[in-house]
Amino acid sequence: MLLAVASLTLIATVLGLVLGVAAKRFHVEPTEIVAELEAMLPGSQCGQCGFPGCTGAAQALADGSAPVTLCPPGGPALAQALADKLGVSASLGDMAEAVPQLATVREEICIGCTKCFKECPTDAIQGAMKQIHSVMREACTGCGKCVDVCPTEALDLVPMPATLGTWTWTRPACA
Amino acid sequence: MMGFRDLLDSIRLNWGVHPEGHKTLSNACAIEVMPLPDRLVLPLAQHIGAPGRVIVAPGDRVLRGQILAEAAGVVSAPLHAPASGRILDIGDYPVPHPSGLTAPAVILEPDGRDEVVDFVRCEEPLTLSAEEIGKRVAAAGIVGLGGATFPAAVKLSLGRRSPIHTLLLNGGECEPYLTCDDRVMREAPAQVVEGARLMARALGATRIVIGIENNKPEAIAAIQLAALPCAEISVRALPARYPMGSEKQLVEFLTGEEVPAGGLSAEIGVVVHNVGTAAAISHALRSGEPLMSRILTVSGAAVRRPANLRVAIGTPVADVLAHCGGLKREAARLVMGGPMMGMILPGDMVPVVKGSSGILALTADEIPGSDPSACIRCASCVDVCPIGLMPMEMAARIRAGKADTAVDIGLKDCIGCGTCAYTCPAHIPLSHYFSYAKGTLAAAERSRLKNEAVKKLTTARSERLAREAEEKKAAAARRKAERETAKRKAAEAAAQDASAGGQEVTA
Repeated sequence: MLLAVASLTLIATVLGLVLGVAAKRFHVEPTEIVAELEAMLPGSQCGQCGFPGCTGAAQALADGSAPVTLCPPGGPALAQALADKLGVSASLGDMAEAVPQLATVREEICIGCTKCFKECPTDAIQGAMKQIHSVMREACTGCGKCVDVCPTEALDLVPMPATLGTWTWTRPACA
Repeated sequence: MMGFRDLLDSIRLNWGVHPEGHKTLSNACAIEVMPLPDRLVLPLAQHIGAPGRVIVAPGDRVLRGQILAEAAGVVSAPLHAPASGRILDIGDYPVPHPSGLTAPAVILEPDGRDEVVDFVRCEEPLTLSAEEIGKRVAAAGIVGLGGATFPAAVKLSLGRRSPIHTLLLNGGECEPYLTCDDRVMREAPAQVVEGARLMARALGATRIVIGIENNKPEAIAAIQLAALPCAEISVRALPARYPMGSEKQLVEFLTGEEVPAGGLSAEIGVVVHNVGTAAAISHALRSGEPLMSRILTVSGAAVRRPANLRVAIGTPVADVLAHCGGLKREAARLVMGGPMMGMILPGDMVPVVKGSSGILALTADEIPGSDPSACIRCASCVDVCPIGLMPMEMAARIRAGKADTAVDIGLKDCIGCGTCAYTCPAHIPLSHYFSYAKGTLAAAERSRLKNEAVKKLTTARSERLAREAEEKKAAAARRKAERETAKRKAAEAAAQDASAGGQEVTA
């Protein structure tokens, strides 16, 4: 019995040492791709992709469980950049039709509660207590977080209106 | 008669097309001044660069020449009131733009009294220093009147960045129908020549070449005569071929040097200005009056009386057409600018702007057929492309959704002249494909910039939230400390009181 205990202890010790040395010797740094992908995402943690924030999305992108077109605020430009990074082909077809959204305040029913601008991940909403809030078009990503918290439903998401600066020619319809 | 040099020139040219000129419709019509309309619509963005910043308010009374909007940035231009009157409104109105969208504009109702601000006249503008010329051109709000509308003063300051040896004056007017530059050169050659000399002075250029297409012999003769006393000016007849009036083509033809891809002609020491801009600069510096009107051609088979008019900036197209006797036939298309590169107007309510070189009312016979068939790979578009690109290949790649690969074969060098689409026997809208692709690429770039901005905002926000939490914590700790000190002090005081009370009692 003593022999059995001793031999098993010896085996365990030797194997443990081997594993320990191997762990040190063959150590691989965790892949940095997740961090790099996260750095490319907007970082507004808006959750439109369905993942808990941009870190979750980056993780999903890295293990291939999410398409590169997952980020609506990023638009086709980000999708293309992600596709290049991951070495996959981006099918931007459905993305091209997705128009960027803009939050707008219906001023008649805004009560100035400041809930929306505390929620806004990009500080795109201006206002003060008991004053009508307004949205800065350049900073809004259309994530809709403000819409969810508004107690009077005074916020709507509308398609970003085209201006002379953002208008582009449509695709020729023919041939 | 074709001279030996002309023959050589036309052999040398291996690009371009000869669209039917239609110039005789209006080239015999002397420039007439059109009276002011009832209402002027003055868009704030009439130039390339940042739109002007309005400094008047609705209800204000303004004088002719008063600044309505000042330049907002380095590449921008001020806007002046073309008439004395009252500001009715400042808001979004239809503007000449292919999108048909509205844009901010000042609405001015002329009162007919023609009261003016004090204009600073200058009898001898050629004695002004280079900086002063640039400053006065900027203050006059002059932009490239050939249609590109780049602020003229910015282009005149190029001499400070890289040495400019040659000023080219573009009198090509290669677009069909347009005759306004032709008329300016015939009627005011002295003004054109003086403007050119002023610009050369501002640039530090020692040589001036005025290029005029050989289908305008009267203009060539007039300019030659006016330029006779100036040794630095040479006048060159250009073969009439579209797009000879394009900057890069003109530079290459007249100097033999090619403008680098993606670069400016200033990099090879050449700056190009339009003859109309030269005349406007001479006029502005002499009279002290800013740019308040421009000369344009009204033409097309649907117009009753084609004309060359001096029109106040902001005059609605409808008023201009009415002044020319209205339409004698139904216009299938209203175009601002020339038929090759001009824009199709959404209606006649849009105003004449600084860049409007013409208003064309074209009948159905005058516009190309629009039903495209498949590419037969005849390569006609390759033969005529003035840049030497392969339009059919670029269009094929764009059609396949690969605009980025079209960039690899020169999409960004395309000048959008429309020569390829004009010549295509299959009527493929090649230039439309290129405009579309350039638009999507620009949109992708804008969204990339926005992503960067959003990133900055979110980082700023998380930093701010962290800082606020930190401050809150510090404040709470401070309050706690204060409370404890207060408590301790109170306890000490109570103890003292108690001991004092005890002593009293014992005493």
